[in-house]
Amino acid sequence: MKQFDETQLKNRMNSRVRNNRIWKFIFLLSTLFGLFVLAVLMIRVAIDGLGFLNMDFLTGRLSTNPDRAGIMGALLGTVWVMLVVIPVTLIIGVGTAIYLELYAKNGKFKSFIETNISNLAGVPSIVYGLLGLTVFVRLMDFGNVVLAGGLTLSLLVLPILIVSAQEALRAVPGHLSEASYGMGATKWQTIRRVILPAALPSILTGSILSLSRAIGETAPLTVLGIPALLIPFPEGLLDTFTALPMQIYYWTLDSSLVAEYANLAAATIIVLLALLFLLNSVAIFIRNKFQQRY
Amino acid sequence: MQRSSEVKHEAIRISEIIAQNKQKKNVSNLFEKVIPTILFLLASITILTTLGILYTLLSQAIQFFRTVPIWEFFTGTVLKPLSQNSEFGILPLINGTLISTIIAMLVAGPIGLMSAIYLSEYASEKVRRVLKPLLEILAGIPTIVYGFFAFTFVTPLIRSIFPEVGATNILSPGLVMGVMIIPMIASLSEDAMTSVPNAMREGSLAMGATKLETTIKVVIPAAFSGIIASFVLGISRAIGETMIVTIASGSSKNFTFDITESMQTMTAYIVEVAGGEAAAGTTIYYSLYAVAITLFVFTLVMNLLARYISRKFREEY
Repeated sequence: MKQFDETQLKNRMNSRVRNNRIWKFIFLLSTLFGLFVLAVLMIRVAIDGLGFLNMDFLTGRLSTNPDRAGIMGALLGTVWVMLVVIPVTLIIGVGTAIYLELYAKNGKFKSFIETNISNLAGVPSIVYGLLGLTVFVRLMDFGNVVLAGGLTLSLLVLPILIVSAQEALRAVPGHLSEASYGMGATKWQTIRRVILPAALPSILTGSILSLSRAIGETAPLTVLGIPALLIPFPEGLLDTFTALPMQIYYWTLDSSLVAEYANLAAATIIVLLALLFLLNSVAIFIRNKFQQRY
Repeated sequence: MQRSSEVKHEAIRISEIIAQNKQKKNVSNLFEKVIPTILFLLASITILTTLGILYTLLSQAIQFFRTVPIWEFFTGTVLKPLSQNSEFGILPLINGTLISTIIAMLVAGPIGLMSAIYLSEYASEKVRRVLKPLLEILAGIPTIVYGFFAFTFVTPLIRSIFPEVGATNILSPGLVMGVMIIPMIASLSEDAMTSVPNAMREGSLAMGATKLETTIKVVIPAAFSGIIASFVLGISRAIGETMIVTIASGSSKNFTFDITESMQTMTAYIVEVAGGEAAAGTTIYYSLYAVAITLFVFTLVMNLLARYISRKFREEY
């Protein structure tokens, strides 16, 4: 009486194990594929751009002559826009998060606002550009100035900041605020002196990450009609400006006319990525250094 | 005599303190009442943003549909906004958008899912801690950089193998967009798969299934709603993506299915027309908003669908 064929069983088992091994390798390759493209992209940008990256390029004015062109104007423009985005998003974003987490009662209204925020996060950035064009540039008649660009980008990244600030506030353990209430503190005193300080590192991390999203964003700026012409450096909120991503955009487009423009675009990309890398490092540093575990 | 005056003195001081405290309390009471109102006003800015978007798009699109009938717009296969006898049919733009999205998802779908499987089922904790942040870098790169990469590297690469491909074409930005979306699908699908309880895996493994069989027959079915939701969000992202297609796909408004040719997406049309200084009040200017509202509805439906799927079909363990 033979119950099973041992060699047949072994063969089947072997092929199943082999399949597992082959697919494990394929899964690994897929994961590495994205990283491979990332490496190619970085190397490509470095090869194209590093030769053009020097002090004159960083501090120079815009020029049609590739040898003399610089990105000081775009750098200043990006900094000015950041100076609008940081306070606007922090005040509105953290205020909204505090309201939702600590004041709003659970119910229809709160879930309406939260649904609305998550829908806003999914709206394509170019639609925000049209909002900015219609409301800030035309209706309020700012023109395509720093203030209009900054406000548009602020609205764009606000949903991201609100969600991360909400998470930060939620992570503050309840016993801290209970102790504060127990000492007779009022609600606002508790929020200002206990909850906000405890949540501050996470809030800062989230706000830096959303800021870095705003810096790299191009589509809304193209819609606002941000130029890349030989305009004077921006000196205030109501000056016209250009920004790093816009500079990359125009140089890339025109690289079919003047080949060196591709190099200038690559050099600008290096500057932009370096800036983003710096911001992210600061965010990670803050998170590791100041975040307390309860 | 002296004692009673002392008591009196003390009483006055205490009543002063009480009065002072009351005043302080009034101030802080005022704070307690005003702050929630201020915060509420700040929170309502997000609602104002939504209303602002809807109002802008609708009011201007209505102007457009006064000159171009809505039916003609949504069924027209010819888009010639700048010619003398201008025609506004959105189908070439929808076609371009869908084709670039399909190409992107053909890259991002399988590769993103397989990355998620590797990270969630196969990779050791050590490997995961290295690979995940690296993938997140890929997600953090601005899209303009991808656009540069598609235009100056991927397109010439494709053209060196297939010379008949145009200098601007939909294939190259579609592929690069796919790479851009990989991390999004990978991390959302991975979240869905890691939330499948280990007991289910162990049950399958104990029955003699290999890891591959466990993944395909147990983990993926259990995480299916989350995986589909991540795909839908990826599609929404691809539809709304602007800079890669604007730079690398050119502005041809041909209604074609040939992926080696230049095509324009809805987003790229908006950039072209808005950046081209179309005078406010002209039909071509208003067409911007008609295209934008179509784009808005497309992505909104996708986002709502993703949320519906992950809520409705989630298996609770």
